[in-house]
Amino acid sequence: MEEIANLFHGFAVVIEPFNLMLMLVGILLGVIIGVLPGLGGANGVAILLPLTFSMSPTSAIIMLSCIYWGALFGGAITSILFNIPGEPWSVATTFDGHPMAQKGRAGEALTAAFTSSFVGALFAVIMITLVAPLVAAFALRFGPAEKFGVYFLAFCSFIGMSKEPAFKTVAAMMIGFALAAVGLDQMTGQLRLTFGSEYLLTGFDFLIAVIGLFGIGEILLTMEEGLSFKGRTAVISPRVVLETWAELPRYWITSLRSCIIGCWMGVTPAGATPASFMSYGLAKRMSKTGHKFGTGEIEGVVAPETAAHAAGTSALLPMLSLGVPGSPTAAVLLGGLLIWGLQPGPMLFVEQKEFVWGLIASMYLGNVAGLLVVLTCVPLFAAILRIPFSIIAPIILVFCAIGAYTVHNSTFDVMLMLVFGVLGYLMKKCNYPMAPMVLAIVLGDKAEEAFRQSLLTSQGSLSIFWSNGLVGTIMALGLIVLLWPLIQSGWSRVFRPAAA
Amino acid sequence: MRKEIEGMTAAGPSHRRVEVGMAVFTAVFALIVIIGSMRVGRDWAEDGPRAGFIPFYVGLFILGASLVNLVQAWRDRADERRFATWDQLGRVSSVVLPTAVYVALVPWIGIYTASALLIGAFMKWHGRYNWSRVLLIAIGVPLVTFVVFERWFLVPLPKGPIEYFLGF
Amino acid sequence: MTHLDLRSCSRVAALGLAAAFMASMPSAAQAAWEPTRPVEFIVPAGTGGGADQMARTIQGIISKHNLMKQPMVVINKAGGAGGEGFLDVKNSKGNPQKIIITLSNLFTTPLATGIPFNWKDLTPVAMLALDEFILWVNAEKPYKTAKDFIEAAKQANGSFKIAGTGSKQEDQIITEAIQKATGAKFIYIPQGGGGAVAVQLVGNHVDATVNNPIEAVSHWRGGKLRPLCVFDSKPVEYHEKITPDGQTWADVPACKAQGLNVEYLMLRGVFMPGGASNDQVQYYVDLFKKVRETPEWKDFMRSGAFNTTFMSGDQFKDWIAKEEKRHEELMKAAGFLEKK
Repeated sequence: MEEIANLFHGFAVVIEPFNLMLMLVGILLGVIIGVLPGLGGANGVAILLPLTFSMSPTSAIIMLSCIYWGALFGGAITSILFNIPGEPWSVATTFDGHPMAQKGRAGEALTAAFTSSFVGALFAVIMITLVAPLVAAFALRFGPAEKFGVYFLAFCSFIGMSKEPAFKTVAAMMIGFALAAVGLDQMTGQLRLTFGSEYLLTGFDFLIAVIGLFGIGEILLTMEEGLSFKGRTAVISPRVVLETWAELPRYWITSLRSCIIGCWMGVTPAGATPASFMSYGLAKRMSKTGHKFGTGEIEGVVAPETAAHAAGTSALLPMLSLGVPGSPTAAVLLGGLLIWGLQPGPMLFVEQKEFVWGLIASMYLGNVAGLLVVLTCVPLFAAILRIPFSIIAPIILVFCAIGAYTVHNSTFDVMLMLVFGVLGYLMKKCNYPMAPMVLAIVLGDKAEEAFRQSLLTSQGSLSIFWSNGLVGTIMALGLIVLLWPLIQSGWSRVFRPAAA
Repeated sequence: MRKEIEGMTAAGPSHRRVEVGMAVFTAVFALIVIIGSMRVGRDWAEDGPRAGFIPFYVGLFILGASLVNLVQAWRDRADERRFATWDQLGRVSSVVLPTAVYVALVPWIGIYTASALLIGAFMKWHGRYNWSRVLLIAIGVPLVTFVVFERWFLVPLPKGPIEYFLGF
Repeated sequence: MTHLDLRSCSRVAALGLAAAFMASMPSAAQAAWEPTRPVEFIVPAGTGGGADQMARTIQGIISKHNLMKQPMVVINKAGGAGGEGFLDVKNSKGNPQKIIITLSNLFTTPLATGIPFNWKDLTPVAMLALDEFILWVNAEKPYKTAKDFIEAAKQANGSFKIAGTGSKQEDQIITEAIQKATGAKFIYIPQGGGGAVAVQLVGNHVDATVNNPIEAVSHWRGGKLRPLCVFDSKPVEYHEKITPDGQTWADVPACKAQGLNVEYLMLRGVFMPGGASNDQVQYYVDLFKKVRETPEWKDFMRSGAFNTTFMSGDQFKDWIAKEEKRHEELMKAAGFLEKK
């Protein structure tokens, strides 16, 4: 009950007019940052951090965390409209979000994405409010082997379900792993696969690959078919929000599952990216309309968005209570806490009650405010698709180039982006799946790192992956999910004849 | 074979050839990965795999999959689909080529000037807008971008002689 | 890189013009140099790490106290263990509007990876502080002193694990030095960042860490971790109460006094690209002197138990040269040099 009282005290802090104004400013800035490629949430928060030095820590964190919410909401916009995910966790949103936009249902896709984000974040905040200490203890149980188990589970729930030819899937995914391996090997401090090139020192960043494969590739495909976007005929009216809302409750099981996956991934610092892929993969397997995923199913937008935001929000918990950031943005916020003289860690909840509960209260209010802001803008965003292709296409190209450049401040990356664009076009035409490749680029090096850390711990023995109940359960779950199609068909073969 | 395809309504490269090309491309990529990982040690040391261990097997997987894809594409002579018509490929290259020029120009004249040229050329070429509108958008968009990135968010983007002349 | 050449050409021309101008007006030459464009502050490490925090604190202090007319922009270039950032600054020779904050990877990255870079490619500006390292163990463990811990490690016959940030960098160098000084064997497990390292220890996945004070202090206050000793010649001089039961940083003994003869401090210094003029270097030295006088900087130093030694000019250069030699020896002994 003490928590509830603290929370209400927090609300009182947030509701001060100055703080409310900061909240709105933060959300608007965040949406802009999320929409512009090259200005991710981490970037935006980092840039604005010094501006907050003259405020009280509570006001500062309210504004910064609202930028964070705004950026999370904003990321979905470009994914759906232009197939360009600005952040790793928006990739899965493009799979069904963009096809929906192409069918003229951009408004519905945006509404579903925003609403799901809100639901996911809200679920996570409620969890933080009620069970923070318990959750922090759970996060501590994750060593390298458990982390590898989580990545393994993410891969398992995602592969084995693509419609593309098996060997093309393998080739695409493994190319992703190879690209992820380029650069410095974290475990030995050696450079590998760089062949002495300064440009390859930094490796292949996910964002450059994705902007090229998805964004530029999509423009090339559109050009091939003629000079226009398919989604131009979109019906744009504010009523689309209400109509979509009427449909959403049908997917409550998917939402709930995605919330749980998201919270789990966010607390164990695996992060929002595996959460969104895992949740999309599981939704596809378990949904009745799973075979239609990828062609513009609203459920395929709900699942990844809910999970990504539940994870993004719950990632703030290990940051506050353990000092471990669950995402790059959280890492920058963490730096902010230190600069304001607040020491994240178990004592923060005891010594800085006003700050912690002000932050948690701002999570509730910031999300509500964010949802209202972005929902009112849905018709506006959808109207972007009505701009003639010959104007919007070069502008998209320019913003893709800016996005690619800002990753490492390197013009080489801009060239690389174009190469990935042509590759994306060829892959799509030749039926090579891009999603497993992107998943491997995003998670490949992290999974390899966790794998090798585990083996260092066990001195080379693979038995570490089932050495305790937790890691054993995660690995077993992974295998079950991987072999699910086989299990399913085996089940029906054994039991169907009897029933018939 | 080629003649048959050309005999169809609209000509274009055969899909099978492009498939074969892709498989060869992935196989070459695999070889590069394998060579690179052998350089940093592809074996299993006492305390776990060395730097090249995982990339090496990843390379082998790509090579294997590429070979299967190659054989499948090669043997699939029944596949008489066109990859795309020349007309379609022309449209695709009308985006790729200007973008390639754009990307090559960015290090020299900066991203803002290059963007103005790209947007202007694209609008004039594909959209056939009149000059006033072309100039408005081609200069306006980079200008707004400049203000947002350089002034507002303090993110420096590549600049060229014009920006330096103006003192930025 | 071509655009950089172009830039520096125009800059050289501008400098030439300015020089000619100043030569004609001797009194104008007295006016000190000042940045004329936004200053890029390169961080050769990821967002949220120690160097990044320091750079962003400095950025905040400078903008809050209006210490510079031009804005300062922090840019992270973490690729290749910081090699990306060092090469960028190396290639910006003659650009006075760029500075870089360094950590020990100034020495370790070129040695371990063979990246064509040496600190002599840069112009040293000033040492801002030195970062301490502390030997931490989980508070549930029975060891109260470094001696207890080393004895236990020897008993365990090489199965003790130490987690640290990165590979062939400062944390692993310290681990190697401990092994050499005591004869105990450890398994070193590289992690992504200092915060994650501390949590691995709290979760009992490893037996010890050599975290910087700021990375682990919250767990100490929370009663989860215990500092055994600091890798410095003497205890640090901060007497403010840290833990609920009244312990201070000064209560953590020096490792030397505990029979663990290892000393290691990490450079937090600022460099400019090569070819900077004395005026330009002096401008930044003065700037950082002003930064050090602010209450925010003092708070930051205290919260991280930093060693606040400040150096510039030849004294700083000599110190770097000595440190470089030491790192080369340490890394050679550990077999961390790049194999050619």
